[in-house]
Amino acid sequence: MAAGCDSAGSLAAAVAEANHAGRELYLRGGDSKAHLTGCGPGAPLATRSHTGIVDYRPDELVVTARCGTSLQELSTALAAEGQMLPFDPPRFGGGGTFGGAVAAGFSGPGRPWLGATRDAVLGANIVNGTGQRLAFGGQVLKNVAGYDVSRLMVGAFGTLGLLLEVTVRVQPRPEAVTTLASACSAEAAASTCQRLLRQPLPVTATCHVDGVLRVRVAGSEAGVRRACEALPLDVEEEGDAFFDAVRDHAQPFFAEAAATDVAAAEAAADHAGTPHAAAAEAGPTLWRLSLPRGAVFTETGALVEWAGAQAWWRTALDAEQVQARAQALGGFAAPFHGGGWPKRSASVRAAMQRIKAAFDPNGILNPHVMNDAH
Amino acid sequence: MRRAAVVESLKAALAPGNLLTAPAALAPFETDGLTAIRQRPWLVALPENVEQVRAVLKACREHGVAVVTRGAGTGLSGGARPLADGVLLTLTKMNRILEVDVASCTARVEPGVVNLKITEAAAPHGLYYAPDPSSQIACSIGGNIAENSGGVHCLKYGLTLHNVLGITVQTIDGEELVLGGKTLDAPGYDLMAAMIGSEGMLGVVTEAVVKLLPAPLAKRVLLAAFDDIRRAGDAVSAIIRGGIVPAGLEMMDALAIQAAEDFAQAGYPRDAAAVLLCELDGDEAEADADAARVQAILADAGAKEIRLARSEVEQEAFWRGRKSAFPAAGRLAPDYYCMDGTIPRRELGVVLEDIAALSRRHGLPVANVFHAGDGNLHPLILFDSSKPGETERAEAFGGDILKRCVAAGGTVTGEHGVGVEKLNEMCVQFGAGEIEQFHRLKAAFDPAGLMNPGKAIPTLARCSELGGMHVRGGALPHPELERF
Repeated sequence: MAAGCDSAGSLAAAVAEANHAGRELYLRGGDSKAHLTGCGPGAPLATRSHTGIVDYRPDELVVTARCGTSLQELSTALAAEGQMLPFDPPRFGGGGTFGGAVAAGFSGPGRPWLGATRDAVLGANIVNGTGQRLAFGGQVLKNVAGYDVSRLMVGAFGTLGLLLEVTVRVQPRPEAVTTLASACSAEAAASTCQRLLRQPLPVTATCHVDGVLRVRVAGSEAGVRRACEALPLDVEEEGDAFFDAVRDHAQPFFAEAAATDVAAAEAAADHAGTPHAAAAEAGPTLWRLSLPRGAVFTETGALVEWAGAQAWWRTALDAEQVQARAQALGGFAAPFHGGGWPKRSASVRAAMQRIKAAFDPNGILNPHVMNDAH
Repeated sequence: MRRAAVVESLKAALAPGNLLTAPAALAPFETDGLTAIRQRPWLVALPENVEQVRAVLKACREHGVAVVTRGAGTGLSGGARPLADGVLLTLTKMNRILEVDVASCTARVEPGVVNLKITEAAAPHGLYYAPDPSSQIACSIGGNIAENSGGVHCLKYGLTLHNVLGITVQTIDGEELVLGGKTLDAPGYDLMAAMIGSEGMLGVVTEAVVKLLPAPLAKRVLLAAFDDIRRAGDAVSAIIRGGIVPAGLEMMDALAIQAAEDFAQAGYPRDAAAVLLCELDGDEAEADADAARVQAILADAGAKEIRLARSEVEQEAFWRGRKSAFPAAGRLAPDYYCMDGTIPRRELGVVLEDIAALSRRHGLPVANVFHAGDGNLHPLILFDSSKPGETERAEAFGGDILKRCVAAGGTVTGEHGVGVEKLNEMCVQFGAGEIEQFHRLKAAFDPAGLMNPGKAIPTLARCSELGGMHVRGGALPHPELERF
């Protein structure tokens, strides 16, 4: 089972040494999300050398893998047993490591139904900012011994610890998957999504873009058949590929967004200001809006998934205006590319700084991300 | 003198009549669900709103007085055990359901709302709140959040942490942290992950937003009897391996079956070594298809009898036996001690055999009734506290069971929490490095250590004294220090 390469000792030693020397580190996995976080000023510490599936028990629905294992390798191993990662993490540019996926905490199109990355995490072995190797959580679903440090690591982008290996829950792949589609307005799509949330149907994704609502149903043959009959949408061939493309931001909507953000990045190179301030000058920016499920987001130039809970919006409006739109719907917004972190309240920011200090007292781990520069 | 000053401050913080000081008024708060451990609280504060909670915390901070937060007091690990010189902050008066938002399928509630009341409020919209601890008619959502409570349906629908979207927390230093909300994620660190299951050690939850799910259309309940407990354990793994995620998958051993039958006459086969209950849900066709597959798997696994409940009445009868197991065990002996370890499912059979061996060694009977689907054991150790030495033997037996769970790759507590009960076992499960990290995380929320002191996380000194210090990779932290 434990093919791959165990570099835990040298990774921990590298962190301990950097901490001793007061040297900042930039934890570097597969580079698939470097365009989101920016490259750190610190010395790169590559996690790609720490690879391998350490333990995989299909009948326990649990897998433990080292951080540098590629998402591709992990998914292939799970698929061979008819299983999958419930949180279905994005693979930007087709790449990405398991550790990077957990550190970023992004979840795929199934998020409202299949859960988030943190929902699936059961345990993590980490190196904290002083180079200590620590183990939290475990391999079992129910576990309330000690604070839930392994889930605290999810979405912390390596700022609280280097994730050496992580144990996550997996789930059986559905027996049947069908994608349904129907041309409709954003308002009509939102109202369909609100109804879907209240019906016990095996829906596992929704997406409204370019005037078409798509709904993925997945489960038993019988359940999928009934959902197809119950929903007023038509079966779309090859719909699976559609949702994979949305997940990986390979759908044409994102390609256009990326093009404008490249222009923005070039403008930023001539600018001393923040990347998204420059982007506003260069043209539309891609924003991610986190909204309540069932939200009615009707702006043009948007892709709305997660039954309304996640909207991608390409807009030239300034940050304040975008925030105001998100807040009016009970959510928040942040530019997706170039390290634009969502705003936090002063008390949450202060609590985050204290937690950072509790794990990484000298602030050496990825100091360029999730800080308060923006 | 000190008490008089604290009483003065708290009276100013609370509505008239909401500070309890008289011994008779304090008596009902001496214990939570872990009744073996009692302590008369110093003072009981009953705030009615968040301003009063903040005022109580401010008074405690200024006087340097410790605070124990308590909900309905149904916890099983002594997490809400009062302090002789601390304030018991009881949130049962904050029991309003503030909003049921049908569009986003969420409910916004105060911490003292009883778990089942959320489902009752959501039911007219075809929705419900999934986590259903067995105490759900009494336990409060604030306590569920503090303990990360589970229930019989968490294999499919998750624990409290999977079903809470937002919480508002008051810290002892007077900060209010609004974490999450109706959205599915929140900016910054997942502070909610740290808060949920933190046993009142980090802050006080004053409001929560919970996720509501559509009620399933149909359910099927299967009962399977086995001659051999190991085979029953293997059947559990086979069901999961078969790609089925049951809504509930529960097991009882021979002693638990007989006790439940005497108590509830649920119609379980009295001569079985183990009974497995499996609930499947979905729409009618799905539930039927899954039930047929599980029946086949159970037959392959060697079940000597398989029954499918033919009506809702029969479904309830199947569940009645399981749900009466704890009170039924209460009739087998004057006292029982409920353990809560979790193990990987594949270890079920062998660990149950080892528990039987431990039972013989300690000379105390044990009834096993548990959430088999997620490997969460609840061995009920039967004893008589009036007999000299039996309580100590029961505790030693329990400790051995939990050590066995850790050795099998599991944990000392699946859903009841550490509280005051499992502090020693925490020293077995975690090394000194992890325990120090826990203390640093606590200090980030509560630098003065005033929130529920002495619970959940042992001191390193305690672990050292036990000699149970767990050494990982041969490396002790602070090798310069002497350890005895």
